[in-house]
Amino acid sequence: MAKQRITYSQIGTGTGFYSVLALLGAFIAAGAAAFLYVEHHGHIVTGMTNQIVWGIPHVFAIFLIVAASGALNVASIGSVFNKTAYKPLSRMSGVLAMALLAGGLAVLLLDLGRPDRMIVAITTYNFKSIFAWNIILYSGFMAIVGAYLYVQMAKGLDKYKKPMGIAAFIWRLALTTGTGSIFGWLVARQGYDAAIMAPLFIAMSLSFGMACFILVVKYTGKATERPLGTQMTWRMGRLMGVMAAAVLYFTTVRHLGNLYAAEHADVEQFILFGGNVYSKLFWIGQVLIGGIVPLALVFTPHRGESSSRVTLAALLIILGGFAQLYVIIVGGQAFPLIMFPGMEVSSSFQDGVVGTYVPSLPEFALGLGGVAIAMLITVFATMTFKLLPKDISDAALDPHLAAKAK
Amino acid sequence: MFAIMKRVLSVVLFASVFSLANAAGAQEKNTPAHPRVSGPQFTLPESTDKCVHDSDYAKTGKCVRDTEFMRRNHMNLLKHKRDITMYKGIRSKHNSLQNCINCHVTKDDAGKAIKVSNSKHFCASCHEYVAVKLDCFECHRSTPDTPASTASIPKIPAHANLLASNSSEVKAMGTFLKGVAQ
Amino acid sequence: MSDVSLKEAYIDKTRRDFLKKAGAGVTTLALASGVTLMAYPEPALARKQEEMVDPSQRWGLLIDVNKCTEDCDACVTACSVENGWKLDGNPAVDAQWIRKLKIKNPRSGHEQTFPVMCQHCAKPPCVDVCPTGASFKRADGIVLVDKHICIGCRYCMMACPYKARSFVHEPLEEQKSHAPRGKGTVESCTLCVHRVDRGDKPACVEKCASDGHGALIFGDLNDDNSEISKRIATYATKQIRADLGLDTGVRYQNL
Repeated sequence: MAKQRITYSQIGTGTGFYSVLALLGAFIAAGAAAFLYVEHHGHIVTGMTNQIVWGIPHVFAIFLIVAASGALNVASIGSVFNKTAYKPLSRMSGVLAMALLAGGLAVLLLDLGRPDRMIVAITTYNFKSIFAWNIILYSGFMAIVGAYLYVQMAKGLDKYKKPMGIAAFIWRLALTTGTGSIFGWLVARQGYDAAIMAPLFIAMSLSFGMACFILVVKYTGKATERPLGTQMTWRMGRLMGVMAAAVLYFTTVRHLGNLYAAEHADVEQFILFGGNVYSKLFWIGQVLIGGIVPLALVFTPHRGESSSRVTLAALLIILGGFAQLYVIIVGGQAFPLIMFPGMEVSSSFQDGVVGTYVPSLPEFALGLGGVAIAMLITVFATMTFKLLPKDISDAALDPHLAAKAK
Repeated sequence: MFAIMKRVLSVVLFASVFSLANAAGAQEKNTPAHPRVSGPQFTLPESTDKCVHDSDYAKTGKCVRDTEFMRRNHMNLLKHKRDITMYKGIRSKHNSLQNCINCHVTKDDAGKAIKVSNSKHFCASCHEYVAVKLDCFECHRSTPDTPASTASIPKIPAHANLLASNSSEVKAMGTFLKGVAQ
Repeated sequence: MSDVSLKEAYIDKTRRDFLKKAGAGVTTLALASGVTLMAYPEPALARKQEEMVDPSQRWGLLIDVNKCTEDCDACVTACSVENGWKLDGNPAVDAQWIRKLKIKNPRSGHEQTFPVMCQHCAKPPCVDVCPTGASFKRADGIVLVDKHICIGCRYCMMACPYKARSFVHEPLEEQKSHAPRGKGTVESCTLCVHRVDRGDKPACVEKCASDGHGALIFGDLNDDNSEISKRIATYATKQIRADLGLDTGVRYQNL
């Protein structure tokens, strides 16, 4: 097989460049203002309480972190699984992964009760804590992906691409397993305490990450006059669909298992059939909008069609992903702790009652600020480094792809 | 490559032997082998004055160490002593931040103690100048003890405990002691 | 200096330090065992201020639910007076170190009330999950938050099965000298460690006893002669959520 000659180039100031920068800047400014406001007044100005301790900022943060790990998938498919068409997109994949992770971590760290103790957070570790391991995994991810990008972009280091790719692949599986285990290893709550959270999060990462990647590359390509090939978009879209199906599978297994056990019947009743915001977000948000509709969009025949269906599917998967994380993170906390099974419990500390959570504006601002940080990093990186090939049409990525269209 | 590996291995070996020895040594002394009290300890640099004992504070009017030493090292002393209190449960005046504050107090014209939010506060006066954020007073009070701040549920006399007991003999003893107390 | 000789020099130093510590330790043990033979009054903590915690002790509470009435919350008031927290009318965000819980059997209508606070588990989930190690278990079994290194991530609050922990949502002033607490850190019942360390009992226990109810007993679970150990040996006692295998220090009788 002839070796591909790919020429990469930086993006210039293409269509709408300054308006994009202004928009991202506005969101980041709002996020920064929200952070300062909450840090000064205390978390009383947010909707988070002693019952619901993690809220919207954590939904955003976990989404970004999970998507970061999945965004690296394209690079992994290129280097580890040797698929030709994905190889030219690996650099962008690596950078997007780092950018999304940075955005997610920014939100997570800025929501801490004592963000001024960040140095303590990254130097003092309790190694029994999966949270501590996650901090190490996140920093290591940055280092490994950075090294992976380096060997891809520097001359003469081609032989290290595959080993670094494998290292990054394994690291990212560990990272996502760790993120899922943050919830899966909590024995106290009915809504968590499930080993399946780890593989569920792996599937989520692959699905959300691919969705983010498709949207970012498609939009960047369009704005810088190097449109992403239609067949390639469909190919990635179908892969994203398979991952979304995997998410539905793990979700089904988790809930079916819980429904079978009388012990978990109450929490399942609450989440799935409670008629509350969590049930609505689960069925309409996660299952319908984030699962069934995107699957229908990408897997029904599309001969000759443009790839706008894939774009829509990616957007819906992202929306569904937020809904899913809201149900997992907030729903899992809203259901009361069961200290006395079968008894009715009440106290002055909201025992036995479903927790109410009203997200506040500063929380949304912080979360969206994190998304904007991720996007801004991506913009600056693609401006500074040669990350995207000059030509990402089907023919340029993989000659066989173009043949398929006929 | 091999040279790097050798160095890494030797550091790992040293670190593991050192920490094992420390942990073993810590166990011997019955110290809780918590990293914050059995890890590498801060070594106090030499100072001109000897460490002033608790009982000498009132007599000499001197602080723990001389001014120059305290200016440079108070943060390390504070960190060290707070770990001693938290992890070893030693609450002597020597280790008490409140004890420092009880002495290092600035009063306003009305004679009331000044809080850290005011730049005339003992700690704030320097910290504001050098622009180093003070962490202590997020949680600790910055003014000396008051009756309100030290108010504590009083310890009940022994007979009350006995009266609350289930056993009749113990209750009888309690009544007897109550009578004695009265 | 080469790696090998540097390593040797350090290992030699640590060997010397270890031998010094071992020697000091053996001497201390020989002397200390004589000193501790002296009987101490309940609750068996008359240790000097300069002495550190004794890991052979394990502090616990025994709560007799039958002695607890629904309209009494003396323990809650005592704790709030002692430690400086109070209910400000915002139950969602107010810190509460101890609360009265009421459980009702839906079939029979039978009700019980009793206080619930940090259970001071031997295997605390909050300690396991804390990323910085701020949530820790002291050698004598008291589970505390080292607020100096707490970063306020609230993961321990997610992990606690007893909802024992509170987050401080607002800036605080006029804290108690013996109970520092501040915005952005997590806190919970300290078993009145500042009282225990000087030989007293926790405020809730003291107040309940002085009010004449005596529902709470405090003592050393490792001491077979302590009142609490004798009661646990005589009567049936329970731990809340014993199924989790946390081996709590707080036990309940007649629950």
